[in-house]
Amino acid sequence: MPGLIGKKVGMTRIFDEDGVQVPVTVIEAGPCPVVQVKSEETDGYVSIQVGFGSRKEKHSTQAIRGHAAKAGLDAAPRLLREFSVAEGDEYEVGQELTVEQFEAGDRVKVTGSSKGRGFQGVVKRYGFAGRPGGHGHPMSRTPGSIGPGTDPSRVIKGKKLPGRMGGTRTTIRNLQVVRVDGERNLLFLKGGVPGARDGYVLISK
Amino acid sequence: MADLIQEIEKAELRDDAPDFAPGDTVRVAYLVKEGAKERIQNFEGVCIARKNGGLAETFTVRKISSGVGVERIFPLHAPTVTAIEVVRRGRVRRAKLYYLRGRRGKAARIREKRLR
Repeated sequence: MPGLIGKKVGMTRIFDEDGVQVPVTVIEAGPCPVVQVKSEETDGYVSIQVGFGSRKEKHSTQAIRGHAAKAGLDAAPRLLREFSVAEGDEYEVGQELTVEQFEAGDRVKVTGSSKGRGFQGVVKRYGFAGRPGGHGHPMSRTPGSIGPGTDPSRVIKGKKLPGRMGGTRTTIRNLQVVRVDGERNLLFLKGGVPGARDGYVLISK
Repeated sequence: MADLIQEIEKAELRDDAPDFAPGDTVRVAYLVKEGAKERIQNFEGVCIARKNGGLAETFTVRKISSGVGVERIFPLHAPTVTAIEVVRRGRVRRAKLYYLRGRRGKAARIREKRLR
């Protein structure tokens, strides 16, 4: 089973049959047309390329429009992503993938771009403890010593220091599908997913 | 996009909740699960706060039970809250009646609202 491209709508909650509140992220996923099926012979690997959304004509090149037309689409998709599949045979160009491939109780993987947090210190970025806030301590959120001195006379690679945080490709695994709304192409997943509202995410099994 | 969330939540909201506000005395019936058995229990007291909006809305009910103040927070839209009944309308000048916690007996009374 491949996956879907979706757009994060936002978060809310759902009451389950016991009245317990379940935090859910709502994702508008699909319908995603299969734009291209890549095979071992022609491309050297097997995968399917799917599209999501649509692009205005003035924002799409002739090349991408032609690529979309081959799959029988009127407009070029906003996003094109590939999902690796075991055998490309069962998918054909123009076929539409919808949220119906998932059902409540399934476990899925969601990949997205996490929210950018800018230049952050080590306390926020890596969870360093910082100094105690009271009892005579001066306030400080510095990393402290970053290693030995004369020997080795350098800082070891990969040392956790302040820097840019967030805005990276992040995958959350094992998210539970709580509800599937085939009519509105909505997917309700338990818990949070990476990125801001309206951000694009990839959902796969 | 936030509108879509509201639309989704609308289907989950309860429509049988009476119009009540902090200061009102309410009787809340809610489902209690004891092992395999389910029964409905009542909790009657003064509503001292309503918080949040949409599906996340909750209200706090305070009562004095055998001399001890007891507060319970109910999610307004939870299916386990089977009924809410307004027993008495109170006239108050605050949205949150947390000052009642420091008072007992006569000082903790709330005037009844005159309905025009």
